Amino acid sequence: MRIVVAMRQLADLVEELEVDDSGTDIDREFVKFVSNEWDEAALEEALLIKEQSGAEIVAVALDEPDVDQTLYTAIAKGADKAVKLTGLEEGWVSTHSRAKAIASWLGDQQWDLLLTGVQAADDLDGQLAGILAAQLQVPHAAVVVSAQTEGSSVKVSQELGGGTIVEETIALPAVLGIQTARQAPRYAPITRIRQAMQSGGLEEASVAGDLAEGRPTVRRLYPPEKTGHAEMLTGSASDVADKIIELLRAKGLVKS
Amino acid sequence: MASDVLVVAERSGGQFGDITFELLGKAKEIASALGGKAGVVLLGDTSGVDALGAADVVYTIDDPSLSNYNPEATEASLIGLLRQVEPRLLLMGTSTYGLDWGGALSVAWDAQLASYVVGLSLEGSDIIATSQLYGGKLFAEAVLDGERGIVTAIGGSFPAEAGRTGGSPEIVATSATASAGKVTFGAIKEPDKSGVDITSADLLVSVGRGIGSQDNLELVQELADALGSPLSASRPIIDQGWLPKPQQVGKSGQKVKPKAYLSFGISGAPEHLEGMRNADLIISCNTDENAPIFDVAHYGTTVDLFDLVPELAEKLGQ
Ligand SMILES: Cc1cc2nc3c(=O)[nH]c(=O)nc-3n(C[C@H](O)[C@H](O)[C@H](O)COP(=O)(O)OP(=O)(O)OC[C@H]3O[C@@H](n4cnc5c(N)ncnc54)[C@H](O)[C@@H]3O)c2cc1C
Ligand SMILES: Nc1ncnc2c1ncn2[C@@H]1O[C@H](COP(=O)(O)O)[C@@H](O)[C@H]1O
Repeated sequence: MRIVVAMRQLADLVEELEVDDSGTDIDREFVKFVSNEWDEAALEEALLIKEQSGAEIVAVALDEPDVDQTLYTAIAKGADKAVKLTGLEEGWVSTHSRAKAIASWLGDQQWDLLLTGVQAADDLDGQLAGILAAQLQVPHAAVVVSAQTEGSSVKVSQELGGGTIVEETIALPAVLGIQTARQAPRYAPITRIRQAMQSGGLEEASVAGDLAEGRPTVRRLYPPEKTGHAEMLTGSASDVADKIIELLRAKGLVKS
Repeated sequence: MASDVLVVAERSGGQFGDITFELLGKAKEIASALGGKAGVVLLGDTSGVDALGAADVVYTIDDPSLSNYNPEATEASLIGLLRQVEPRLLLMGTSTYGLDWGGALSVAWDAQLASYVVGLSLEGSDIIATSQLYGGKLFAEAVLDGERGIVTAIGGSFPAEAGRTGGSPEIVATSATASAGKVTFGAIKEPDKSGVDITSADLLVSVGRGIGSQDNLELVQELADALGSPLSASRPIIDQGWLPKPQQVGKSGQKVKPKAYLSFGISGAPEHLEGMRNADLIISCNTDENAPIFDVAHYGTTVDLFDLVPELAEKLGQ
């Protein structure tokens, strides 16, 4: 069983995101890039499969800011190999283009199951799992909360709205978009990450493609207008607490 | 150029979700401007078709392969129908349906796709979609190029009333397209409804990833106890296993409408807002002044939750 985990870097949403001069992309110069949280869930699910039934795990990612850190961390957590796909311009890579790059690399690989995050915060032209699967002409499922391999198939649980779960069996090879792993992503000890970095071993493979392929033409990227913005309560924590209690009291939600 | 707009109906437990009517209202608006028809695709059995009076046409695909959720079977049949009808636009929700099928359909039908859409309009013959990206921090306005497009929209973005008007649509029964048969349905499991019921509470204290660790939950639990309200949470808190699933607010959790919703350390991602934006009074604490939660909250504060929550608990405990 060979499991590929497709991971990616993304602007940290906790940071302030500014729009660049083109008005159609974020200013990438000063933002911090972090690993996509749903890809981390995909990696965790792969590690659980490996622990339960044995598998070789290959983490793969496009070359994006600080991606080495993410890939070495994947190795530190238990991935057997990590591959960085180089050759694309830096910038806002469309999901269709990202899928094409991964698909072209997969063309020379032997693989059984590909796991990736259900979404990423800048997915304008759709989510990776379905697009990649359609390009590869293999089955797929998204919003997956459990994946367990059984011979040449994988048993998955997909989450529909409101917490309803549907269970299916999917023939391999298949692509899954992971929403949540069966357990919260594990931490990699810093010493192990350092070890992975020191032994090097990130493979590189080159891919080609246009950044914006398959994406609707963005003509404006902008922060939402603050029309419905909250009235801000300021002052010390004690002042703010008093105001909140007052608001709740006015609604009859605080006695006395 | 094609001028019809098709909506994929979403049903759960036999009922159509609001999203179906929201999208149908939009479909009518755009199709009529283009001089085409607003259609609804009804997958599986045809029960409930009477609720779709606002449509010009309802395409039914009543086939056993579609009676249970199955992405492969559904996509095969949808592609078959799309090739037959060739609409200008296909509309779905950014629900599991849209997240699961949208991308694959865009490849197979060779159409551009815009997801997380909160605004959709026609400019001349161009389809303009506004998507909510970066956890709600930025909007992207984009033109769907080409002769066909797919849009997956966030629930609550368009008025549902526009899709609930009466009428007598033409019913067109179509047949399913066979798939490769690689996905086999197993079972469907309804969510656990036991435990704390957050949907009937007048007041909710809700906590998000800003709380940092499971140990810190005690702080907000004390506040909830002082207020006599249940504790609810954003999805990451549930995924960590820190609180049970029935206490999750949002798209994949519970939809709540309390008299007051008090949130601490929740950023306000669209999936969270879907579950609580209709609360009568929303008061949010988040140290990031640009957190999207402040766009739906009535009152907000950037005071640190670790300073604010103990103050509140203490004052209320007196
Ligand atoms: C298909 C699907 C379904 C989903 N369904 C749901 C759902 O039902 N419900 C849901 O909630 N999410 C859902 N999500 C996840 C959603 O996209 C977000 O990831 C999630 O809502 C973020 O949770 P959060 O706001 O707690 O965390 P974050 O986005 O990480 O926000 C934490 C916030 O805490 C603030 N903060 C940090 N420290 C402090 C402090 N000391 N004091 C005050 N503030 C602080 C930060 O500024 C930040 O804004 C879904 C996602 C998908 C893909
Ligand atoms: N569909 C949506 N989902 C999430 N936020 C939205 C959506 N539509 C609008 N908003 C934001 O919510 C704020 C308040 O919207 P309203 O519900 O109209 O008061 C607006 O200023 C927008 O920033």
